[in-house]
Amino acid sequence: MSGSKPQAIPVTPKSNYSGPVIVDPVTRIEGHLRIDATVENGKIVDVRSSSQLFRGLEIILKGRDPRDAQHFTQRSCGVCTYVHALASTRAVDNAVKVKIPKNAIIMRNLVMASQYLHDHLVHFYHLHALDWVNVANALKADPAKTAALSNSLSPNRKETAAQFKAVQDKVGALIASGKLGIFTNAYFLGEKKNEAYYLPAEADLMATKHYLDALHMQVKAARAMAIFGAKNPHTQFTVVGGVTNYDALKPERIAEYKALTDEVTAFIKDFYIPDLLAVAGFYKDWAAIGGTTNFISFGEFPTDEYNLESRFFAPGVIFKKDIAKPQAFDQNQIKEHVKHSWYVGDAALHPYSGVTDPKYTNLQDKDRYSWMKAPRYMGEACETGPLATVLVAYAKGHKPTVDAVNFVLGKLGVGPAALFSTLGRTAARGIECLVTANQIPVWLDALVSNVKGGDTELYTPWKMPSEAEGVGFAQAPRGALSHWIKIKKGKIENFQLVVPSTWSLGPRCAAGKLGPVEEALMGTPIFDPKRPVEILRTVHSFDPCIACGVHVLDAKTGETASFKVL
Amino acid sequence: MKVSVGHGLSGAEKRLEERGISRRDFMKFCGTIAAAMGMGPAFAPKIAAALTADNRPSVIWLHNAECTGCSESILRTAAPYIDALILDVISLEYQETIMAAAGEMAEKTLHDAMKKPYLCVVEGGIPMKDGGIYGMVGGHTMIDICKKVIPGALATIAYGTCATYGGVQAAKPNPTGAMGVDEVFPKATVINVPGCPPNPANLVGTIVAAIETVVNKKPLPKLDDLKRPLAFFGETVHDKCERLPFFEKDQFAKSFDSPEAKKGWCLYKLGCKGPYTYNNCPTKKFNPLDKGVGVSWPVQAGHPCIGCSEPKFWDTMSPFYEEQK
Repeated sequence: MSGSKPQAIPVTPKSNYSGPVIVDPVTRIEGHLRIDATVENGKIVDVRSSSQLFRGLEIILKGRDPRDAQHFTQRSCGVCTYVHALASTRAVDNAVKVKIPKNAIIMRNLVMASQYLHDHLVHFYHLHALDWVNVANALKADPAKTAALSNSLSPNRKETAAQFKAVQDKVGALIASGKLGIFTNAYFLGEKKNEAYYLPAEADLMATKHYLDALHMQVKAARAMAIFGAKNPHTQFTVVGGVTNYDALKPERIAEYKALTDEVTAFIKDFYIPDLLAVAGFYKDWAAIGGTTNFISFGEFPTDEYNLESRFFAPGVIFKKDIAKPQAFDQNQIKEHVKHSWYVGDAALHPYSGVTDPKYTNLQDKDRYSWMKAPRYMGEACETGPLATVLVAYAKGHKPTVDAVNFVLGKLGVGPAALFSTLGRTAARGIECLVTANQIPVWLDALVSNVKGGDTELYTPWKMPSEAEGVGFAQAPRGALSHWIKIKKGKIENFQLVVPSTWSLGPRCAAGKLGPVEEALMGTPIFDPKRPVEILRTVHSFDPCIACGVHVLDAKTGETASFKVL
Repeated sequence: MKVSVGHGLSGAEKRLEERGISRRDFMKFCGTIAAAMGMGPAFAPKIAAALTADNRPSVIWLHNAECTGCSESILRTAAPYIDALILDVISLEYQETIMAAAGEMAEKTLHDAMKKPYLCVVEGGIPMKDGGIYGMVGGHTMIDICKKVIPGALATIAYGTCATYGGVQAAKPNPTGAMGVDEVFPKATVINVPGCPPNPANLVGTIVAAIETVVNKKPLPKLDDLKRPLAFFGETVHDKCERLPFFEKDQFAKSFDSPEAKKGWCLYKLGCKGPYTYNNCPTKKFNPLDKGVGVSWPVQAGHPCIGCSEPKFWDTMSPFYEEQK
């Protein structure tokens, strides 16, 4: 092949297998997830998504200093690092009614932006790529043709046959040694070829090399984040009232952040996006598999911390795939259901009035089967994450997003309907990453100009009220995140996290409506029930982050831990 | 320079030669690792011997109750980069965050890996309450998996404050009964590398030291009474802090917007726990590039240390923004 795109749309083969397919553990995600599917004649006809870990952070927070909440909640997730710290800090900012300085808003945005860059790169190459790329098949590639293919995808690529040969040798040595390390027992390995993988060998080799290259690039994205955030994972620079990092206002620090993010942005433009388009071009049938119906985004990157509508990506809701009619987001429309979760009862309540009364049954239970609750918006299951953010921004005519979406759809030769799929979800993550990367210089320039003008303010003093309530909304790389705090006598009386993975990967609700990942998996073809890579494709396209999706448990009583209406 | 030792059990030196890597280049590479470990250049030959030994063990990495921040932290290592670490220096056979296999194939991988000599790295606390039902992998409780894997390991490295001391889920009232590896397995050979997450250089150094121990039958690296390697945890954050001169002159920032905060004065009065915390954050810093120098750390970013490598720091060091009593 010489860089040309395949003409016919391929079809993922399906078997005539009927029976159960359980994937547990789902690897290459954050946390512990189990997918329990029933397959009939090679297609999924029933499926349950089950969260397998319960940590109880919300109960641990009770009675503590509200300023400390961010440090505890940040440990909800080390992949989505920072986002919980931000949501908690915003919740307490909101409760104590402090107006943080402009530079603090920008610095928080710059840290979040580098988190998007880092997280999406790692997701595509290291958590998701092996669902599409057959590393073993790369051995069959012609290195010269691979270089030609790769260089045809971007004028800025200058890759050589020798470089691809070196990667091939490395993979070959690994396989010859019999010690395969992280590739051991991959779904693309086995005595019989797994027909669900159908990239040409050259594309497999190209992607394998970039998998390794991206391992180095992500180090730089994380380092950029650490310039403002102190370290990655788990930043330590934001506080209620603003941020603390005066060191990062120095011109040489800003210059280093710029150099790093410029380099990562170039990699996104020259490698991530072209690789995404190339792989997608070969798997076009996945533009008709794995879609869902409703979407929710809280938006992100404010210019005014106190106005959700000021966010660069706007908040909003899309019902029934209708991108002609984006709906405004109303926080009162959220309810969390427990009828099919490991909790008592079947009430559906707003987070402010949520009741959590844990009751584990067993892994075989088809009725109650997850530690996650099932959030619903106006009674509907809503997918969240980059696809939701991109759809809302596209629907609202956000120009940078519209341009990026049109570019991607144009390259693939498909219409907007293709977005509602596993492939669309993976493409939207790239789009969100690219649009965010392009905006970084705008925020950085604003910071530089403020500092040059003598404004180095990063923090606004404030006083802890005796009683208060607050909510912090963030759009994490994985989607809509909200923290809800109630303060009494200056301490945390109650704290509630409603997180992206419960929106996207939670179980059925009281009305029996499937959670988004369950809806997305229905009808998925399965070629080899022992190597069900098709399930991984769709599950990974949601970028699951499970540890933060689990709710509160009161260990002392084993009973209700409630979040009351104020 | 790209160094690749490869995974064959013998003939590593020959393979290096075949790849055009001279002894001198390889020693340079080992010198970089030695530096990352905080060891002198004299340590490089020992590392070289360990990495080319015929009986290098593979590594099994277990995930318990955690946030995956420790796995993420090791992806940030730059000396060596992660691909060299997991493909060349060690053979990482089981690691749920990055391994290709899933489901039954993942379980099979774990069982197969245990048939050969292995080191175990543990991330996350072990939920012990109610028979361990709060954490399951592949239908097994985390404690059951640990019981299968840890006692048979040549040595176990507990990585991060959750694996070492129970971590955030063990903060009061510890709803799931989470515990550290050493608490649950007092008879196992355990090295603790705490931090939330730790500096990955401390893990790389500990893994190489453990390989050295296994290969050359040397004693374990020197540990403190909390089983932390003294090479990394021998001094307090305060001892090496760049703001120590301000502390000694009683020059303290009293609020985050004060001129003193802007001038980089000591954060002790704003709650810094550096004097009570043993770790090498000020010298190693975080998120290095090739040369192994980190780009920042919390105190440099104007934020107090929260004491994250100390046992039970979530309870004993909080409230984090108050002076330690």
